[in-house]
Amino acid sequence: MNAPAGQNPEILAARADFPLLARPMHGRPLAFLDSAASAQKPHVVLDSLRDFYESEYANVHRGVYLLSAQATDRYEAARETVRRFLNASRPEEIVFTRGATEAINLVAESLGRSGRFQPDDEIVLTVLEHHSNIVPWQLMRDATGMRIRAAAADAAGNVDADAVFREVSDRTRLIAFSHVSNTTGTILPAREICHRARERGILTLVDGCQAVPHAAVDVQDLACDFYTFSGHKLYGPSGIGALYGRHDLLASLPPWQGGGSMIEEVTFERTTYAPPPARYEAGTPNIAGAVGLAAAIDYVLRFGSEAIRRHEDAVLKYGVDRLDSLDEVRLIGTPDERAGSISFVVDGVHPHDVGTVLDTEGVAVRVGHHCAQPAMRHFDVPATIRASLGIYTHVADFDALADGLGKVRELFRP
Amino acid sequence: MNDLRDLYQEVILDHSRNPRNAGRLADPSGTAKGHNPLCGDLITLDVRVEDGTIRDVSFDAKGCAISVATASIMSGMLKGKSLAEVHDLFQRFQDMLTGPTTAAEGLDKLEVLAGVREFPMRVKCATLPFHTLRAALDNESGTVQTE
Repeated sequence: MNAPAGQNPEILAARADFPLLARPMHGRPLAFLDSAASAQKPHVVLDSLRDFYESEYANVHRGVYLLSAQATDRYEAARETVRRFLNASRPEEIVFTRGATEAINLVAESLGRSGRFQPDDEIVLTVLEHHSNIVPWQLMRDATGMRIRAAAADAAGNVDADAVFREVSDRTRLIAFSHVSNTTGTILPAREICHRARERGILTLVDGCQAVPHAAVDVQDLACDFYTFSGHKLYGPSGIGALYGRHDLLASLPPWQGGGSMIEEVTFERTTYAPPPARYEAGTPNIAGAVGLAAAIDYVLRFGSEAIRRHEDAVLKYGVDRLDSLDEVRLIGTPDERAGSISFVVDGVHPHDVGTVLDTEGVAVRVGHHCAQPAMRHFDVPATIRASLGIYTHVADFDALADGLGKVRELFRP
Repeated sequence: MNDLRDLYQEVILDHSRNPRNAGRLADPSGTAKGHNPLCGDLITLDVRVEDGTIRDVSFDAKGCAISVATASIMSGMLKGKSLAEVHDLFQRFQDMLTGPTTAAEGLDKLEVLAGVREFPMRVKCATLPFHTLRAALDNESGTVQTE
C-alpha cells in the first residue's frame, strides 16, 4: 500500500527520540504495537529522571534547606504542567497518583465515604470499560448499597450519549466512562455526555488513559468533574499519573488515605485535613515520576496534541485498511471515530498463538481480554489481538504486522 | 520459523483442531475447571476413577493450540493409569518444560510438546490441562487458575 497522506515529517522523525525502538527483536527490527498497554520513553524523559536524581533530589514539602525547596518547586512545576495540559482552572485541581487506577480508586473511596450517596442510588458505566473503571465502583457499591448499570455499545463498538442516558434515571449520581476505549479505540462523545450529566446534576468521571496520548483534552470544555490519566501511556515513567477534580469537590470530599503531608493538625482525638491537593497525597509522593511526567508532557506539546492527532489518524487509518484487506482477519469494533487501538481476531487461530508467531517476527502486540472482559462478551470473543500506536509508530510497523499475519496463515494453514 | 515449527508441529495442530476425548462424561467422579486469565484458555475436565485407577477422562476446552493439544494428548494417555503414575507423568512433563535439563523420558506422546520450553510465556498454556486434571482428581470445587 502507498504511504498515506497527512503524515507529519517532524513527527515521523520522533522515532529516533526513543532509544528502545532501536533494539532488534528476535533478530528483526522491532515493530512495537503495544503502546496502549504502555508507551516507550523518549531521551528527554530518561534524561529528566537522571538529572533530577543527580542534582536536585530531596523530599518535598518538608526540608528548610535549599535542596528540598528546589525539589518542591520542581514537583509543583510538574503539577502546573499537568494543569496546563488538561486546561484545569487551578493547580490545586491536579492530584498526583500512581496512575489512573489509583485515581479512580481514590474518587470511589472518597465519594463512597462522603455520605453523598444513598442505597439505591445508581452509577452508570459503559460496556467498554477497562476493569479499572469497573471494579473500584463495585467496591464502592458494596460499601454503599448503590447499583451499577452499564450502557450498551452497538455492534460496531460505538457508545453514543443516548445509549448512556438510556441507563440514566432519577437515581443516577455518577457516570464514569472511558474517553477512548482501550479495546476498540472508540472515541466516546465525552463532551456531550458530561454536559448532559451536568445539566441533571450528575457527577462525571472520565478515564482519559487512551485519550491524552492521541488528542488535546480540555477539562473545562468537557465539563467533567473528574478526569484521569496514567503517565506511562503518555511516554512518561510508570508509577505516576494524575487526577483532575473540580476544586469544590476536592475541597469537600474526605481523604482516602491517611499519612504525612495530608494533614493540618493531628491529635489522638482528631485530625484536620489539608486542603487539596495535599489532602489526597498522603506520604512521600513519586517525586521524580512527576518530574518525568512533566518532561513527557513538554515533549508531546512540542509537537502539539492537534498535530499528533492528525498524524496518528493517517497512520491508524493505514493500519485499519491494511488489516481489513486481509481475508482471514476480522476487525473487532469498527467505531465511527477511533484513536490509538485496533482489535482483531484471525479466523481459526487463537489470539495467543497469533501473538507468539508475531513475537518471533519482531512484532509486539497485546493478546487477551485487555482487562475488558465485559467488552469481550459484548463482541462474543474470548480474546482479541490488539495493535495500538504511539507517536513513534510508522506505517512500516503495520506492514510488519501484516507480514507476520502471513506467517500465521502459513503455519496454521489446515 | 524453525523454532515456531518445533512449537507448532503438525501433531499439535492436528490435536488442537480435532481434540480427542472431547466432550463431557455422564458419570464423572471428579470435575474441575481450569482458567488461564492471561490468554483466556478455559478447560472443563471430567475424570472417572475406580479403585485408584483412571477409567475415563473427557474435557471441553476453549483456548490456544498449545492448551487444547496438551489436553487432547494427555487425555489419551491417562486411561488405566494409577494416581501415582499420573502424578509422576505431570512431574516429568513439568521437568521437560521448565527443568534444568531437556530430558523427556517416559513422556511418550507428550514429548511432542518439548518445543514449548523455548517459549516461557506459553508454559502455562501447556500445564493448564494437568493442573485441571489434578484438581478434578482431588475433586476440588471452584476454578484453578494459572495466575
